Amino acid sequence: MSLTTRGFSGRRREPDDRLPPGQTLVQRWPVLSAGPTPNVHTDTWDFVIRDEGGTEHHWSWDQLLALGVEDITVDIHCVTHWSKLDMSWRGVSLDKLFENVETEDAYVMARSYGGYTTNLPLEDLLDGQAWIAIEAEGEPLDPEHGGPARLLVPHLYFWKSAKWIRGLTMMPTNDSGFWEQYGYHLYGDPWKEERYS
Amino acid sequence: MRHRRPAWHVATVVETRPETPNAVRLVLDVPTWPGSEAGTHLDVRLTAPDGYQATRSYSVATSEPGRVVLGIDELPDGEVSPFLVREVLAGDELEIHGPLGSYFVWRPGQSGRPVQLIAGGSGVVPLYAMAAAHAAASDPSPFRLLYSVRTPAYVYFRDELAALAGPSFAVDHVYTRQAPPGWDEPAGRLTRDSLASTTFAPHERPRIFVCGSTGFVETVVAWLLELGHAAHDILTERFGGL
Repeated sequence: MSLTTRGFSGRRREPDDRLPPGQTLVQRWPVLSAGPTPNVHTDTWDFVIRDEGGTEHHWSWDQLLALGVEDITVDIHCVTHWSKLDMSWRGVSLDKLFENVETEDAYVMARSYGGYTTNLPLEDLLDGQAWIAIEAEGEPLDPEHGGPARLLVPHLYFWKSAKWIRGLTMMPTNDSGFWEQYGYHLYGDPWKEERYS
Repeated sequence: MRHRRPAWHVATVVETRPETPNAVRLVLDVPTWPGSEAGTHLDVRLTAPDGYQATRSYSVATSEPGRVVLGIDELPDGEVSPFLVREVLAGDELEIHGPLGSYFVWRPGQSGRPVQLIAGGSGVVPLYAMAAAHAAASDPSPFRLLYSVRTPAYVYFRDELAALAGPSFAVDHVYTRQAPPGWDEPAGRLTRDSLASTTFAPHERPRIFVCGSTGFVETVVAWLLELGHAAHDILTERFGGL
């Protein structure tokens, strides 16, 4: 279904094949969140991956950085229709964090300071597809944008890139996280416009 | 009211009128619209003759099955809002997708706890929806709205809010640039002290809905936490994503 809107021509711009359907390019960086911005300090920051056996793998802030911080340039697509191209980030690849984690579970619940959760398939976090991001556009991540550290999974809608990340819990089934329980898509591929379930 | 699956609908504009100097009220006739809970939003999609599309989200001001009212602020340098504010006429058709969002929502009959609404500018739209739903349901929870707005001319739903105000719904305005004649406070930004004196106290355990720009929401929520409100009692929505 597509109804032409009387009198609407839109802002004329070159078509951009890097923009998924329904997305509009922005230059600034909008903020969206469901509640208060948590106050998270790097000196007490603790990141944990918990596997199905209950084993917890912990990293302090310094231990995270010691894994190796890499430069990342990616396009970001938010379910609220904005996209930001060629964002520069710095962060630690989740491949490094999962190096010594033994798990048979196929899914992960990302958990954040402040209580936010979002679910992802484990295979979407590996092979150079996801990071714990600590800097964006040359600056430490602002608290509003998820600082000191957020998940960065740029090939999915940006709500999957959980702000204020504190850990990942392995799970055998694809249980819904926070927005997913409120009707957002379980997976969230921007190129298939998987906005809502 | 149960969760309703979002879907595409064709809406016909039945009325468009200035709401503030840079906002419009659109009344839409949407025969397939199922109604929506107070606080939800929807997407409006515009399509150019060559197929180019632009989609933006807007909060729903009032909704009942078959009818939706939106309050839309014109964003400087916007693409969709200037069209909706200035170009759309009664009789035009628009595509809408919704209802969306069931988190930043107030439902009648949930609890007797007080509800504090805090709005910055056009952030009042979903909060007005909650106040209207509260009155329509004759819900006994005490309601308060603190509304920060630049001048009296920029107040959304002025007459409707005045009509809703009463024993179970108090409205306080903060005028940031120009107060009405005879107003007992000079115009100026909301402060922590004025926030504390015009909202339910932490010991009353209000559920708090805050909607406005990111700067407004960040400032207000930090004060609410300092005043002793619990983080899990504070729900936020920010506009200006696009």
